[in-house]
Amino acid sequence: MNVIIATVLVLVMLVSAIAALVFKDLLNAVIALSVVSLIAAVIFYLLQAPDVAMAEAAIGAALVTAIFIIAIRRTKRFEE
Amino acid sequence: MRKIIAIVLLAVIVMGISLAVREIPFGKTDTKVGEYYLNEGKEETGAANIVTSVVVNYRGFDTLGEIAVLFTAAIGLGAVFGSRKKKKDAEEVEKSSLIVYTGCRFLFPVILLVGAYIFIHGHLTPGGGFQGGAVVASAFLLMYLTCRGKRIRDKSNKVVESLGGLIFVGIGLVGLIIGKGFLFNFLPKGEFLTLFSGGIIPIIYIAIGFKVGAELTGVLDNIIEESK
Repeated sequence: MNVIIATVLVLVMLVSAIAALVFKDLLNAVIALSVVSLIAAVIFYLLQAPDVAMAEAAIGAALVTAIFIIAIRRTKRFEE
Repeated sequence: MRKIIAIVLLAVIVMGISLAVREIPFGKTDTKVGEYYLNEGKEETGAANIVTSVVVNYRGFDTLGEIAVLFTAAIGLGAVFGSRKKKKDAEEVEKSSLIVYTGCRFLFPVILLVGAYIFIHGHLTPGGGFQGGAVVASAFLLMYLTCRGKRIRDKSNKVVESLGGLIFVGIGLVGLIIGKGFLFNFLPKGEFLTLFSGGIIPIIYIAIGFKVGAELTGVLDNIIEESK
């Protein structure tokens, strides 16, 4: 059961990582990147590393996303 | 041409990593030191969470280095962004809607409480100073996003940050004064699995939690203030 969940999570993570590279709208790319972080946190939890999962969820999914969005607001939203 | 070189390089790296990973026996404790921590850590430090006993007790000096790295990064950011003169509320910021505002005002203390719980119970449950500090900073981020125009007090933020670092180093120095070495666990271990156990571990983790929370909040404050 755990293997199936982990496989699905890793596949979603890979898809959103590729999406973060492909998207021309940088705001969408940042959201895709935060999805990668969130799923990484869940996988850390499944691998019995809750300490790392907490740090990943708080820093990777919340703070880094906010900093990227603020940076996009100051620069350009669309990639040429 | 460049793409071919990149693909060849990537193939070499992938091959190297997969060869190296295949040799590592995952899930087995081949190292003596890891086994020692697992077997003796509970009795020696009095902390139920072995990760914490390693991070704060056995490898406490490394943690001080990590704190110093974060501190340097925050100072560098402050030097880049903070040197420009602050705009004095020149523009009116658009207020967020009532539902968002009320919801965030309700959530803010709850998130703070979760962060405080994580770093106070660092020696009993998963988590610790860094994780708790990051959660506290995310609570302040929520406040910055909804109550635009409001800011934390710069001075009190710096005082909290400095006090956290001072308490960490001070406790380390007490061990040195006693004559046992830097960051020696000189307090009584207490009863196992209670809040007051583990000697100096909870005190240091609370100091780290305050310091990391104040530092990350200061970083966010600098960046958001600059982005107006």
